[in-house]
Amino acid sequence: MALLEVKNLGIEFPMRREVLRALQGVSFSLDAGERLGIVGESGAGKSIAAFAIINLLSKPGRINAGEILFEGRDLTVLDDNAMRDIRGNRISMIFQDPMMTLNPVLTIETQMIEVLKAHREISDNDARKIAVEKLREVAIPSPEDRLKSYPHELSGGQRQRVVIATALLTNPSIIIADEPSTALDVTIQAGIMALMLNLCKSHDMGLILITHDLAVVSQVTERVVVMYAGRVVEEGPTADIVTHPKHPYTRGLIAALPQEGTAGKRLNQIPGSMPTLDAIPDGCAFHPRCPHADDVCRASVPEIVKVGNQFSRCVKATELAEENSL
Amino acid sequence: MGPPLWRSHVCSRRITIDYLVFAGQRLLQATLVMFVISLIGFSIQDNLGDPLRELLGQSVSEAEREALRDEMGLNDPFFVQYGRFITNAVQGDLGTSYFFKRPALQVIADKFPATLDLVIGATLIIVLISVPVGVYCAIRPNAWLARAVMGISIVGISIPVFLTAIFSIYLFAVTLGWMPSFGRGEDLVEIFPGWKTGFFTKDGFAHLVLPCVSLSSIMLPLFIRLIRSEMREILESEYVRFAWAKGLAPKRVWFLHALKNTMLPVVTVGGVQIGTMLAYTILTETVFQWPGMGFLFLEAVNRVDTPLIISYIIVVGLIFVVTNTVVDLLYTWVNPTVKITGRGR
Repeated sequence: MALLEVKNLGIEFPMRREVLRALQGVSFSLDAGERLGIVGESGAGKSIAAFAIINLLSKPGRINAGEILFEGRDLTVLDDNAMRDIRGNRISMIFQDPMMTLNPVLTIETQMIEVLKAHREISDNDARKIAVEKLREVAIPSPEDRLKSYPHELSGGQRQRVVIATALLTNPSIIIADEPSTALDVTIQAGIMALMLNLCKSHDMGLILITHDLAVVSQVTERVVVMYAGRVVEEGPTADIVTHPKHPYTRGLIAALPQEGTAGKRLNQIPGSMPTLDAIPDGCAFHPRCPHADDVCRASVPEIVKVGNQFSRCVKATELAEENSL
Repeated sequence: MGPPLWRSHVCSRRITIDYLVFAGQRLLQATLVMFVISLIGFSIQDNLGDPLRELLGQSVSEAEREALRDEMGLNDPFFVQYGRFITNAVQGDLGTSYFFKRPALQVIADKFPATLDLVIGATLIIVLISVPVGVYCAIRPNAWLARAVMGISIVGISIPVFLTAIFSIYLFAVTLGWMPSFGRGEDLVEIFPGWKTGFFTKDGFAHLVLPCVSLSSIMLPLFIRLIRSEMREILESEYVRFAWAKGLAPKRVWFLHALKNTMLPVVTVGGVQIGTMLAYTILTETVFQWPGMGFLFLEAVNRVDTPLIISYIIVVGLIFVVTNTVVDLLYTWVNPTVKITGRGR
C-alpha cells in the first residue's frame, strides 16, 4: 500500500456567481521514501493539491470529491485536532519564499522549538538540542548562535535552510515542497535542491516537489505528475517523461526548454496561455493550444490511458507515441 | 541581500552603540520640536488682546499703564521678550497666571492629576476592550457578533465626543440616576504627593466612569477597526500559513504569531493618539465640569489669561513630544526588523 494516496480529488471554490472547480479527478500516490514531482504552469492546481493534503486550503476552497489516504487513513474526514497531529509532524511543508515564511518578530529558536512542543512532550532544552542538530544537518554554520537570530539577520538561502530544518524537526514521513528554490538566486537554488535530495535519501523521506521547473524535477524526482487546468494530464517515471513525453502539453513544456543547439535560436513555446478556472474549455482543456486537436478532443474529456510506462490523458496518446516525433 | 556580517551577531534587543546614537538623534529632534512649539506658543501672546486690561480694569490711567508695560517688559522687541521667556521656561518658569496670581505651571500641575485620571481610565478602556474585540473580529470576520461590532464602531467613530458625553449624562445620570453627572467626587486618595486619584474609592470611581467612557468613545472603535484590519492582513501572510502548516494550536498562531506583528503598527498609532486624546479632554472635561487641565484651558481662554494659555500649549506639546519619542524608542527596541538608519558604515 502506498504511503499517501490521493484518489479522484476534487476541489472547488464557491464564489458569488459560480463555483470554480480548481481540481477535478486528481489522483496520484507516493510510496515511502519516494520522490514525486508535480509539474505545471501557474494556475494548474499544483499548490492547491499540496495544501489540500494537509487541509490548509485558502478560503473558500473545499474538497468536494475524492479521498486522501495517508497510511490508510482518510485525511479529508479527520477533525482539526487529528489533522494538526499530522500536519507539521508526519507531513511537513516547505514554502516558496523563505523571505516571507519565517515570522519577522520571533527568533529562529522560538520558531523551531514550538514545532517540537506542539507535537510531543519535550523540555525546552531537549528541543533546542534537536533544533541545533537539524540546523547542522542543513549546513547552517554555528547553529547555536543562529538560534538566537531573527530571520532578517539571515540571507535568503540561509532562511530556506532554516525552513527546511524546521520541516525536518519531527522526522516526517513526507515533505511537501512548494517551489522551494524559485525565489532564490540561481546559484543558491542548486545548493538547496541538492540538500533536499540528500536529506530525502538519508532519512528515507518521501518528497512531493511542486515546481514548474522540469530541470529541477529531472534532477530530484523519480516520478512526475504533470497537471493542466486542474487535472492530471500525464504521469510516469521521470526519466521516461523527460525523454519521451506522451501528452502534447508535456511535449510542449519539454520542447520549450533551452537545450544544446538552441543557443541563439528562438525557444519553442506553446501558443496561448492556460485557461483561468472560470473559462476551462469543454472536452480536453488543452485542445485550443494543441497542434493535434480535432473534433474528438473538443467533444469530451479524455480518459487517462496507459502508454508504455506512462499514463496520458490524451485520446491520441497511442498514435502520438508511435509517431515518436521527439 | 543578506545583512552585513558585522551585524549578524548583534542581538537586536540589546542596547548597542547604534541604538544610543539613534536615541540621541531622536532626543535632539524632540528638543527642536519643543523649541518650535514654544516659539509658536509664545507668539500668540501679541494676538490675544491687552493683558493690562485684564489685570487692571478700567480705572487706571494711560500713563500708569505705559509705566507698567515698560516694567513688565511688554514694550521690548519680540525676540528680547522671547529670549526672556525661553530662559525662564527652561528653568521651569512659564510666567504667572493673571487670574490665579500664581505661577502658571503650578496652576496646571494642580489640575494635571484630574486629567491624568481621565486619560488613564480612557486608555485602560481602549486597551482592554480593543485588543480582544479587534482580534475576535479578525479571527471570525463573518460571525454576526463581529459584523455587529463593525457596524456599531462606525457609529461610534461618527458621533462627536461632546454628544456622547451629553447623551450619557442624560441617560445614566439624569434619567436612570446610576452615575454622578459632574465633577470628580469628594473621596479621592493621594497616591503620590500632589496626585490625588479617584480610582481607588467607590465615589471617585463612579465619577470617572462616564467621562472615561465618553473620552474613549471615538478612539475605542478606531482601535478595534485598526487591530481588526491589521490582523486580518497578517492572518493572510505566508508566515502565518507556515505556522499553521507546522501544526501549531490556533491559540499560538493567533496570539503569538499574528498578534505580535499586529501590535507593532498599532503601538505607533497609539502613541500619536495619546496626544489627540489630550485634545479631546478639553471637550470631555467641559461637559462633565471635570476640574482638569482641559477645563482650565477653556477658562483661561475666556479670561484671556495669556501666560496660562501659553503654558498649557507648551505642557501639552511636551506630553505629545515625550510620548512620541518614547514610542519611537520603544518601537525600535522591540521590533527586531527596524533598521536603524544613519549609521555611517
